This record gives sequence, structure tokens and C-alpha cells, in this order.
Amino acid sequence: MTQANTPLEYRSHQSQMNILGFWIFLGAEIVLFSTLFASYFVLEHNTAGGPAGQDIFILKDVLIETFLLLTSSFTAGLAIHFMRNNAKNDMIVWTIVTLLLGAGFLYMEINEFIHYVHEGATIQTSGFTAAFFTLLGTHGAHVTFGIIWISLLLFQIAKRGITEKTSSKFFIASLYWHFLDVVWIFIFTFVYLKGMVG
Amino acid sequence: MSSTHSSRFPWNHLIGFILSIALTLLAVFVKFYTSFSDSIVVWIIGTLAIFQALIQLFMFMHVTEGKEGWINVVNMIYSVFLALVIVFGSIWVLTSGHAAMH
Amino acid sequence: MSLDEFFVTGDPLILGSQIAIGLTMVGLVALITYLKRWKWLWREWFTTVDHKKIGIMYILAGVLMFFRGGVDGLLMKAQTSRPELGFLDAQHYDEIFTTHGVIMILFMAMPLLIGIMNVVVPLQIGARDVAFPKLNALSFWLFFVGAMLFNISFVIGGSPDAGWTSYFPLAGKEFTPGVGNNYYAIALQIAGIGTLATGINFVVTIIKMRAPGMSWMKMPIFTWTSFVTSILIVAAFPIFTVALAFMSLDRLFGTHFFTVAAGGDPMLWLNLFWLWGHPEVYIVVLPAFGMFSEVIATFSRKNLFGYKSMVYAVAGIAFLSMLVWVHHFYTMGNSAAVNSIFSLTTIMIAIPTGVKIFNWLFTMRKGRIEFSNAMLWSLAFIPCFTIGGVTGVMLAMAAADYQYHNTMFLVAHFHYVLIPGVVFAVFAGLYYWWPKMFGFKLNEKIGKWHFWLFVIGFNMTFMPMFFVGLDGMSRRMYTYSESTGWAPWLGFSAVGSVVMAAGFAALCYNIYWSFRYASRDVGSDPWNGRTLEWATASPAPHYNFAVVPEVDRIDDFWYKKKEGKTGIKKSDLKPVHMPSNSWTPIFLGVAFGIVGFFLVFEWFTLAVISSILIVIGLVANSFDYDDGYHIPVDELEEEEREWRGELK
Repeated sequence: MTQANTPLEYRSHQSQMNILGFWIFLGAEIVLFSTLFASYFVLEHNTAGGPAGQDIFILKDVLIETFLLLTSSFTAGLAIHFMRNNAKNDMIVWTIVTLLLGAGFLYMEINEFIHYVHEGATIQTSGFTAAFFTLLGTHGAHVTFGIIWISLLLFQIAKRGITEKTSSKFFIASLYWHFLDVVWIFIFTFVYLKGMVG
Repeated sequence: MSSTHSSRFPWNHLIGFILSIALTLLAVFVKFYTSFSDSIVVWIIGTLAIFQALIQLFMFMHVTEGKEGWINVVNMIYSVFLALVIVFGSIWVLTSGHAAMH
Repeated sequence: MSLDEFFVTGDPLILGSQIAIGLTMVGLVALITYLKRWKWLWREWFTTVDHKKIGIMYILAGVLMFFRGGVDGLLMKAQTSRPELGFLDAQHYDEIFTTHGVIMILFMAMPLLIGIMNVVVPLQIGARDVAFPKLNALSFWLFFVGAMLFNISFVIGGSPDAGWTSYFPLAGKEFTPGVGNNYYAIALQIAGIGTLATGINFVVTIIKMRAPGMSWMKMPIFTWTSFVTSILIVAAFPIFTVALAFMSLDRLFGTHFFTVAAGGDPMLWLNLFWLWGHPEVYIVVLPAFGMFSEVIATFSRKNLFGYKSMVYAVAGIAFLSMLVWVHHFYTMGNSAAVNSIFSLTTIMIAIPTGVKIFNWLFTMRKGRIEFSNAMLWSLAFIPCFTIGGVTGVMLAMAAADYQYHNTMFLVAHFHYVLIPGVVFAVFAGLYYWWPKMFGFKLNEKIGKWHFWLFVIGFNMTFMPMFFVGLDGMSRRMYTYSESTGWAPWLGFSAVGSVVMAAGFAALCYNIYWSFRYASRDVGSDPWNGRTLEWATASPAPHYNFAVVPEVDRIDDFWYKKKEGKTGIKKSDLKPVHMPSNSWTPIFLGVAFGIVGFFLVFEWFTLAVISSILIVIGLVANSFDYDDGYHIPVDELEEEEREWRGELK
């Protein structure tokens, strides 16, 4: 059961179950986001006289958001790497970098939303804006939740060190963070790139 | 299961990161600097997105790791199947028939 | 908002209920205080993480909701018993069929099935609890709070009245102002989150906590069906979450997902609702199939015929169930291709279902059948459910469906599927597993009254609906004229519903009678069962198994009994690790309820402020490092000795 080369977060039976359960939850999240995507695709062209995606999207801002999130996913991976090498301080540093990048992403996204509202696209404008803001907002809410969650875990790691329990909690949070990056890739591709004029 | 208790430099992560940046830029290039038709562009950038998702899944999330690696893979395949049913099913049902008559 | 708008006023029926609810609440609080049971309630039930107790609470809530939904049904039957009756007006009738549908599916069928799953699945796989006991308690409290929130709608603020399907544009703010439909959107959301958590919990439990030796194809069939149902929950409930979120946004924040004028699409709601709604039907019916399988095998004294084909059939049904949702709205005006494909997938479901029916029949063939109550329900299920299934195939054909769509024929069909398929199963399951939960059997004689009244009443109530439906009566009509000629059918049907209600009353009396007078000396294995839940004491001890059983084959316990190998050795006893009770699940449940209530009334400031409670609950949970406790060996030994006698 507990070989020496098993990562710490997989040692106890309960941790294995927690990680598996979280993967199952991510399956549910895939269904949730694909429902949001499906609704967006159905309503995409129903702008009801309001602005369409191509009128308001700004490539530069979206690219910055994308790079922020991609980088944060990378640094979250580094944090796990250091966690597995039992290097607590390195792990904490890279986690803080991850959180800062995540906060930067949120800052950009909120500004982007404010920009859209000034352009006359609020969530109440049309079928398109409703689906757009809800898809983006759900992702943004997930990022917000992730930042708070990982911050709480950071306290626990700092206090308790890298143990069987804290490592499995942190590993699960990192899965969540990578998953949000996956969702963003599809938003970037199928909402922004597809919606702009080439 | 991969042995991850090494203090080696995390090449795996670095390669994944560089690839994902490169794929993103490639998608932007295909969209704005080529003259393919709209539907071909969507197919290409869609494929690139799937590659990026796989990078995250395998290089960052280590989907096959742990005692239940195969269950994770089955779970992901099943979820992707559901995603395809929901997305393509909804589009098909809601944009053909009555809806096509606008 | 004035108090007058806050409470529903002006209807004597509702006023009566308000007074009754108020008195019951005061009475309950007074009684518990008088008996000094608050501490006990908190320690033993409100904060429990024991899967058996959580299961019992689910069942209790389910029976309560059965009563509420049943009263709704009786009121509808009374209103349509004679032509042009004025007992209920159109509005009131709309509210009642809406709450009847929602409550019966989501707050009666679901908790009763999940409750039995909770009690039985860990015992059947030889586990000490579910994978995430605290999450399990949270699931229950979210469900319960959601159900209560939905239930108070008729006395506070007004009931939802757009049907259990709540189709747009009717369910939108424009056509259904007021808070009624907000209750639908918010209460179902809260309960749905709980259900999703249950799904994840049982998937992991069944994958990771099976007894040593119990490989996939040695799992009891009820565990299999619970597993597949849990997978379907994980697959389908997020869709409903999104649909309800869209509904809430449209109603509370003025978005336009479903309003045509601003570029929305009301058919999107139907599409999402049924993408969830069809799998939901199988979510409730699959565990029921599992229960029948267990009961039929036990009381035929034979192993289940075609066990493997049964497993494949369940998996096949689950797979197809995700691919048939459009058959609920053929008449939307889809293209011929859409309707044809969905007709085909729908009809294909009849194949695995047929396999199951034949397996049950062959299990009984040449068996020594014992007509216990649990078995009677299973026997009644087969013909009744087949009627439901066959009429389902009629409805599956898109062209023909244009005739049946939204008629009473459809209503009769789905009652013939869901009542035998789910309610009969729950009754069979309750009679069968009752001794495992409480340590005594339900009375078989009163049970016979329950059985015959309910089954006869059920057929009397719903059979006539097929005929009035074919004669053109559409569903949800609150009254009709004499000249339609439906009066005799509907009058007969109304009498049937009273007979059915008498059957339910017999069940309640049976529970009361057995609780007071039934023999407590039933042993650990009163039915000569085949699966592991019968290998431990009745009622099951809180640690389930003193020694985790090992399994070599399917129905292992049955063979071990024959070989006389069911005992445990003293030397095998080891301290058992148990999870501690926790206050966070009930706290979070109540917090969600408070936030939900404010959202229903669109009091956003209060909702935001009170959501701090949810944050507190989650943070407290994150910082909780409680590791549980261990039951020492001598305590185990003592408890085991009580029913096994001296240990070797």
C-alpha cells in the first residue's frame, strides 16, 4: 500500500478517495461548463440589436488574460513539484505567485466587463450577452473561489507543514486550478477567437 | 504510476508551459493571419484547444497517476462524451426544424 | 411588502394549513422540550455522519413529502371528480399540480431511494461508512432545507404555478409575477447541489470501499444499480444547475435567456430541462430495479437469473437515457431527422428493459416463492410496470405522439411507470430492509391491507386516465363540461385515489403498530438473505462490521451460511476507526436555506449579508482537522457478543 515512492498526498486511503472524488467532481464540472457553452452557441447570434462579440472583444486584453492564467497554471504545477520534494518554502513562494497571477487575471476580467458595459452590452441586453456574461462569470467566480480556497490552504501549510493531509488538500486545489485553465482555453478559442473577425 | 519523488528540474512542466503558450499564439496566428474560411479556422483552433487541454490533463494534472489512474481516464472520456452530446445535441435540436425557419 | 402579501391569505384551505402548521411546530417544540430531547436530537441526529441514520432521516422526510404530495393529488382528484365543480379555482389547481409534481419526483422519490441507498449500500459492500461521511450529512441537510423552502411556498408568498416542468415563457416574470416561481428556481437549486454531492459520494464509495475480494462482477445487484444511478446523477444534475441558474437570472436579474423579444429562446429551457429530466427518470427507477432484483432473488430462494445481463442492461439503459431527451417535445416542430433519431433511441430503451423483465420472471421460475410483503410488491410491479412501458413505446413514436402529447394518456403513462417502478420498489425495500434499520419487522397482516388497497386503488385511479386521454382530455385541465362524457371515468378515478390513500394510511398505521408492538426478536437475518447486510446485527451497529468480511463469490454470505462460516474470531478484532459528528453540515444547510429564502423574495442586501454564514461554514470546515476516533476492541467484543453469543 504505502510504498516509499508514492507521493505523500496518495498515502492514506482517505486521501486517495478524496482525490478520486474530486476527479469525479471535475467530471460534473465538465458537464456544467459544456451546458453553458451549448447555451452560448445557441444564443450567440441573438444580439437583439445590441452589440455582438466582434464589436466589443479586444484581442490584446484577452491575450493578456490568457497568458496570466496559463502562467498561473504552470506556477501551480511548480508548487506541487516542490511540495513533492518537501520544499515547503519554495512551494509557498510559487503558490503566492500563482495567486497573484490569478488576481491579475481577475483584475483584467473585471475591467473587461466594465468596458463592455460602457459599450452598451450589459447582462440584460440580449440573449447573447446573457449567455456570454454567465459563461464568463461562472468561470470568473470559480477563479475567485479558487483564490480564496488556496489562500486558506496556504495558512494551513504554513502552520502544519507538508503532511499527508495538507498535501492531499493542496493537490486537490491544484487540480481545480489547472481545470479552470482548461475551461479558459475553450472560452478563449470558442468565444473570443471564434467571435472576432479574422 | 510515475515516480515523482525526484528533485530533478521539472522539465515536464516547463515543456507543457512553453507548448501551451506556443499553441495559443498559433491559434491567434491561424485566426488573424491566414485566409482559411471561417469553418476551417474553427476546426483548426478547436483542435489546438483540445491539444492544450490534453497538455494540462497529462503534464500538469497527471490524470493517469494514482491507483485509480484508469478510472480517471474513463471518467474524463465519459465526461467528454457527455459534453459532446450536450453541445452538439443542443445545437442540432435548437437550430434545425422550427428554429431554421426564422 | 406588506404582511398581507407575505402570507398567503383569503383561501380557507390554506388558512387551515397555516394554522395547522403553526400549531404543529409549536407542539413539536413543546414536546421535545418537555421530553428534554434537544441534546439527544442534536447529538444523535442533527450532527450525525452515520450513513444509516442519515438514510433514516431521508426516509422520514420522504414519507412526510409523500403525504404532502398525496394530499395535492387527492385535491386534484376531488376537483375533477364531477364536471364543473368549483372546489378549486383554476389558479389554485395550477399551484397544486405544480407542487404535486415537484414534490413527488424530487422530494418524495429521490429521498426515499437515496435514503435506502444510504442505509443499504455500505452494508452490502462490507464498508464502515460512505467515502465522505460529512459530505453525506451535508447532502441530506441541503436536500431537506431545499424541500422545506419549497414547501413553505404555499403559505408564505405563494406557490409556484407553472407546472413541474415550468416551461418558459409561462414561467417567466412576465406571465408569472410574484415569488412563487422563484421558490421553484431557488429551492430546487439548493436540493440539487445536495443530490450532486450524494452522486459523487456513492461513486467513490462503491469504487473504493468494497470488501476485499468483492470484484465488480461479485457486487450485489442493488449496489450495481446504485452505482449506475450515482454516475447518472453526476452526469445530469449539473445541467439542471445551469438551467435553474438561467431561470433565476431571468426572473431575478432581468436577463433574456428565454425571452424571444430580446434574443432569448424559450425552447432552450425545454432542451436543458429534459437533458436533465430524462436521465432523472432513470436516476429514480434504476435503484428501484435493484431493489426488486434483491427481493425477488431472496424470496424465490434462487440466485438472480442472468446477473451479468442485468448489469449490462442497467449500463445500457443509463447510456441510452442521455440520448433521448427530445421525446418530451416532439411537437416543438423539430426537423424530421431530429424526431426520427430520438424516436429510435427511445424505442431502443425497451430492449434492455425487456431483458430485465425476463430476468425477473426466470429468477422466479421453479423457485420456492415466499409471498412476503416485499415479494408481493415486486410481483405487482411486473404487470403494472409493463403497462407503463408498453404505453411508453406508443408515445415514443414521434408521429403518433402528436396525438397523445400532453393528454391524460401521457399522465396515465408516467404514473404507470413511476408508481410501480419507484413507489412499489420503495415499499418493497422498506418491508425488506426495515428489520436491518430498526431491529423489528413491519406487520405482515397490516402490510397486506396496505398492499391490496394501494395496488387496487392505483389501478382504479390511473387506468381511466388512459381512456379519457385517448378521448382528447388534455392534462392540467381544472374542469370539464358534462357533455364530454368523461364524468364516469373521472369519478371512478377519484374513488380510486381515496382507496390508494387508504393504502398509504395503512402503511402509516403499520409503522406505528410495529414500532409499538412488533417482536424485537428477529435475529440478524430474518429473510434468509443472500448479501452482506444480513451478516451483521439488526439493527446494524454503528460500526457496521466488527471484522471486515471477505468475499469469494457473488451471494457469498448465502454460501457461507451453508458452509457454517459466518462467525468471527476474537483474535480478528481490531480497533475500528470512526468519523466524528460535525455541526458544519446542518449549519451550512440552514445557511443555504436563509440565503435562499432572501433570494426568493429578492431581498438582495439581506441575501448578501447572510451569505457570510455560508462562508463561515466553509472556512470552519476547511480548518477542521478532526481525525475521528477509535472504538476499542473490548467495546466491539461486548456488542458482538450480545447477538452472536460467545466469540471463539
